[in-house]
Amino acid sequence: MKKIKDRVGYLFISPFFLVFFLFNAYPIFFTLYLSMTRYKGYGPKLFIGAENFMLIFKDPNVVDAFMNTIKIWGVNIVFQVFLALLLVMVFSDIKYKVKGLGFFRVIFYLPNLIAAATIALVFVKLLDKDYGVLNQFLFSIGWINESIGWLTKPILAQMSVSGIQTWMWFGNSFILFMASVQAVSKETYEAAAIDGAGRFQVLKNITLPSIKPILMYVMITGLIGGLQLFDIPFLITDGRGFPEGSLNTMIVYIYNMAFVYKNYGYASALSFALFILIMTFTVVFTVMTNRNEIREFLERRKVNKERKKKLMSSKGSANNE
Amino acid sequence: MSNEIRQEIDFEELKRQNLRSAKARKRKKFIIFSIVYTFLAALVVISIIPFWIVIINATRDGMAISTQGITIFPGSSLMENYRILTDNVDIVRGFLNSLKIATLVTFLSGYFSALTAYGFHMYDFKGKNVLFGIILVFMMIPSQLAFLGYVKWMTQIGLMDTHAALIIPAVASIGTVFFLRAYISSALSKELIESARIDGAGELFIFHRIGLPLMAPGVATMSIFTFIGSWNNYLSARVILSSKANETLPMVISSLKALRIWHQNQGAIYLGFAISIVPIVIVFIFASKYLIENISAGAVKG
Repeated sequence: MKKIKDRVGYLFISPFFLVFFLFNAYPIFFTLYLSMTRYKGYGPKLFIGAENFMLIFKDPNVVDAFMNTIKIWGVNIVFQVFLALLLVMVFSDIKYKVKGLGFFRVIFYLPNLIAAATIALVFVKLLDKDYGVLNQFLFSIGWINESIGWLTKPILAQMSVSGIQTWMWFGNSFILFMASVQAVSKETYEAAAIDGAGRFQVLKNITLPSIKPILMYVMITGLIGGLQLFDIPFLITDGRGFPEGSLNTMIVYIYNMAFVYKNYGYASALSFALFILIMTFTVVFTVMTNRNEIREFLERRKVNKERKKKLMSSKGSANNE
Repeated sequence: MSNEIRQEIDFEELKRQNLRSAKARKRKKFIIFSIVYTFLAALVVISIIPFWIVIINATRDGMAISTQGITIFPGSSLMENYRILTDNVDIVRGFLNSLKIATLVTFLSGYFSALTAYGFHMYDFKGKNVLFGIILVFMMIPSQLAFLGYVKWMTQIGLMDTHAALIIPAVASIGTVFFLRAYISSALSKELIESARIDGAGELFIFHRIGLPLMAPGVATMSIFTFIGSWNNYLSARVILSSKANETLPMVISSLKALRIWHQNQGAIYLGFAISIVPIVIVFIFASKYLIENISAGAVKG
C-alpha cells in the first residue's frame, strides 16, 4: 500500500524532468555536437571532430576577449568591494551608531534591478561625447575644456563599463557583507570596544574574517558574471565590440561569430569552452569553500568502508570455521 | 586650611577639564557624523541620479534637454513625448509581451517548482537521490551558455520566434526547486499530510489544499526574483524572437538607438527608458523587505 503511494512521487516530479531533459540538458549536448561540426547556422553540417577546438588556441581574438573581461572585472571588483567595505565599516561601528540601514540598503540595491539592456542605453545617453549629461556637467563646473569620449576611447570605454558594473553591484555586495557581519554576535564587538581595540584592529580581527567567505563568493560570482557579460557591451557598441575591440567580451564574440560571421560550429565550440571554464571556476570554488564538509564526508565514508570490511572479514572467518 | 583651599581649586580645574574634553568629544562626534552622512548622501545621489534624470527628462521636450542640460523639476511634454515614442515604436506591444512572458514564467516556475519539491520531500521512490543529485549538478552548470544549441533545437521543433520557447523552460527552474526543497522541510510536517490521507483525500488534492498554501511564502519570495529576471532578460529573447510583433520590452528599448528620434527627440527616448524602469521599481518598493532578507539569508548560510 505504502509502495503504491510512494510511486505517486514520480507523477509529481515528471513535468519538471520532462522539460528539464528537453529544454535544459538536451541543448547542452546539442551544442557540444554542433561544436564538432562545420556549420553555417543553415544548410549542411559536416562532422569535423575536434578541429574547432584546435582553432580556439590559434584565435588571438579569444585572448583579447578574455583579457578585456579580466580588465573590466578587475577594476570593477576593486571599487565594488572597497565601497561595500567602507559601508560595512560605517554601519557596524558601535561607537558611532549610524541610522537608516534599511533605507540605505534599498536605495543602494536599486540599480541592480533594472534590465541591463536599459541601463546600457541610459548610460549611452548620459556618457555621450557631445550631448551627454556627464560632459555637460563637467563643462559647467569647469573641470574639462573639451568633451571626453567616455565610450569611444578604448581604455575609457572599458573603465566606463567597469564603472557601470560597480554602480549596479556595490549595493548587492554591501547587503551580503552586512548580513555576514550581523551574524557575528554584538557582544564580540562590545568586548573588543571594552578591551580598547581601535577601529582598524576591529576591522582586521573581526569584520574582515567574518566577511572572508562571502568576499570569495562575491569575487567568483563577479568573475563568472563578467565572463558572461553581454547586454551592456553589446548595446553600447551596436553589437560590434568596438572601439578597437576593447568591449569585445566572450559572449559578444560568440554571438557575432554565430549570427554575423556565420561560423555556427566554431561559435558553439567557443561557447562550450567558456562553459567548461566557468564550470571549473564553480567547482574549484565550491570545493574550496566547503573543504571541511567534504573532508568530513570522505572520512565518514572511509570509516564506513572499514567497518564494512571488518564485518565482511569477520563474517568470512566465521564461515571458514 | 591652605590645604583645603588648594583641593577646591583642583576640583574646579578638573571640572573645567572634563567640560573641555566633553566639548572636544562632541565636536569630534559632530565631525565624524558629518563625514559619514556626506559619504552616504553622495552614494545615495550616485545610486538614484540616473533614475532621476530618466524620469525628469521623460517629461521634457527634446529641445530643452539639448540646450538646458539637466534640471531638477519636470517639464510638461509627457503626452507629446508619448505620442512621438508610440509613433516610432510599438512600446505598448513590447510592454504587454514582456508582461505576458514574465507572468507566465513566474506562474509556471512557482507552481511546478513547488510540485517538484513536494514530490521529492513527501515520497520515497526509487532513484530519488540520483534524480536530486542531477538537479544539484545542473545547478552548477551555466546552461544559458548552450543558447546556440537551444536556438537550433527550437528551430527543429518549430518553436523558433514564439514566446513558448521562452516560457516553457520555466517549468524546470532548478534554483527554485532547490530553494523550495530546503524551505519545505521547515514549513511542512509529514504528520499533517498523513492525517489528511487518513481522511481519504487524494494526493494531488492534498498538495493543492495543504502543501501549496503552506509553501506559499517561499514560492512568493522566489517569484519576485523570477519575475524581475524574466522581465529584464535580453539575450535569449534576442536570439529566439525575430518578428516585430513578438518583441519584448528590452528589445524595443534596444531598438531606440537606431531611430532618428535618438538625437532629435530625447524626451521621447527617456520616456521609453522610464516605461521599462518604473514597473520594476514599483514591484521592488512593495517587495524590498523580502528580497533583501532573502539575499541576506543566503549570505549567512554561505
